Amino acid sequence: MRMLTFASRNAKEIIRDPLNLCFGLGFPLVLIFMLSAIQANIPVSLFEIESLAPGIAVFGLSFMTLFSATLISKDRASSLLQRLYTTPLSPLDFILGYTLPIIPFALAQSVICYIVAVILGLNISVNILFAVIFIIPVCVLYIALGLLFGSILTDKQVGGICGALLTNLSAWLSGIWFDLQLVGGAFKKIAYALPFVHAVELERAVVAGDFSNVFPHLWWVLGYAAIALVAAIILFLRQMKKQ
Amino acid sequence: MKAIKIENLTKRYRDVVAVDNLSLCIEEGELFSLLGVNGAGKTTTIKMLSCLTEPTEGDAYLLGKSIRKNVSEVKKLISVSPQETAVAPGLSVFENLELMCGVYGFVKDKREAKIKEITELLNLEKVLNKKAKKLSGGWQRRLSIAMALISEPKILFLDEPTLGLDVIARSDLWEIINSLKGRVTIILTTHYLEEAEALSDRVAIMKSGRLLVCDSVENIKKMTNESRFEQAFVRIIKGDAK
Repeated sequence: MRMLTFASRNAKEIIRDPLNLCFGLGFPLVLIFMLSAIQANIPVSLFEIESLAPGIAVFGLSFMTLFSATLISKDRASSLLQRLYTTPLSPLDFILGYTLPIIPFALAQSVICYIVAVILGLNISVNILFAVIFIIPVCVLYIALGLLFGSILTDKQVGGICGALLTNLSAWLSGIWFDLQLVGGAFKKIAYALPFVHAVELERAVVAGDFSNVFPHLWWVLGYAAIALVAAIILFLRQMKKQ
Repeated sequence: MKAIKIENLTKRYRDVVAVDNLSLCIEEGELFSLLGVNGAGKTTTIKMLSCLTEPTEGDAYLLGKSIRKNVSEVKKLISVSPQETAVAPGLSVFENLELMCGVYGFVKDKREAKIKEITELLNLEKVLNKKAKKLSGGWQRRLSIAMALISEPKILFLDEPTLGLDVIARSDLWEIINSLKGRVTIILTTHYLEEAEALSDRVAIMKSGRLLVCDSVENIKKMTNESRFEQAFVRIIKGDAK
């Protein structure tokens, strides 16, 4: 109950910030409409809705990192966290309280993204439901990154690192906007050593119903999510002790 | 039983000794002020007593519970109103109070009763549905204290509760703090000596982490042969008191 009260507070803080709704829902939808319009005029296979929608669904999650990190860093900057550290809330309550409320937002964002994709021509199938389920580990990865950055950065730094750097990394190294095979070389190797392109290819395989191609991408995403989560917990507990 | 019994409490940060071998006792229901210039160790002492910082040496017992060995039990006894206003900015006053009831595990009926009681005690009725970030500094501080009180603490730590407030807001808060005397053990840190004089049963004056004196304001004035507490404080800090 204690954790749920704290989680509910965090959900309210996130949902009441109009910028969060604007970037979390509005921006990915603008992208999906804009790129579909480009695709209608100049056909590019990468921007076909079956390819584009999973990419945008994954890219949109980078904003969850921003929301989560901003909330935590602002709480750290104010005395609110210090006050809450003197209450019976346990370290686990804090970690779950910051993590759990973002999951429904992330899933809602993915659902809306796929609904818009259906309107724009994506075939309705049970695979869309699977795509929403398979995006959960990707959500955990991005939320864990939020907990991690929120634990070590100030709210101003969060804007730069998560708002600019991570969203760009997530965009450039994910194969959403251009085919990584075309660039090749070190760029491709770096991209495939990071989780973003694997998350996109995982979602594309699920949407296509090509479940044999879910692997090894799912392992990459799960591996990175686990590493990010463990690192985030360690860093959060460290800053908690430093308070 | 003493509300707080501090035994040789020490906090070192590398080469800096923030609190040096502090020992004192505070009675139940007492309003006790920790005074000192910047860097005296007041906030570090409060942080150790409220289990935010682990002591390097020594221990303290809050109603018999050790701050080293019984952290979760100590946390159920205390409440802290930190130096800066510690409220959730996007939540209304009501929701902030509800948040604190929730983290202390109050059931619905108790939660409603406590919110009503605290709202009346601190006259928060007219701002109950206002977002905390829209409140003035004085009202935010009032809410901050309400959030500390709602958990029914046995020991309340008020760290610079009136810092930066105007005269009226400060006088209102003094009234509230005075109304709590005897019911809750209050540990207050402040830079305003007239505040300590008006509110405290006893004060402790610290300098560079060390306790210089611990007594009532009247006795300290007598001890230093000063009619004004501010002069007595200055003499003690400068080390020329008899």
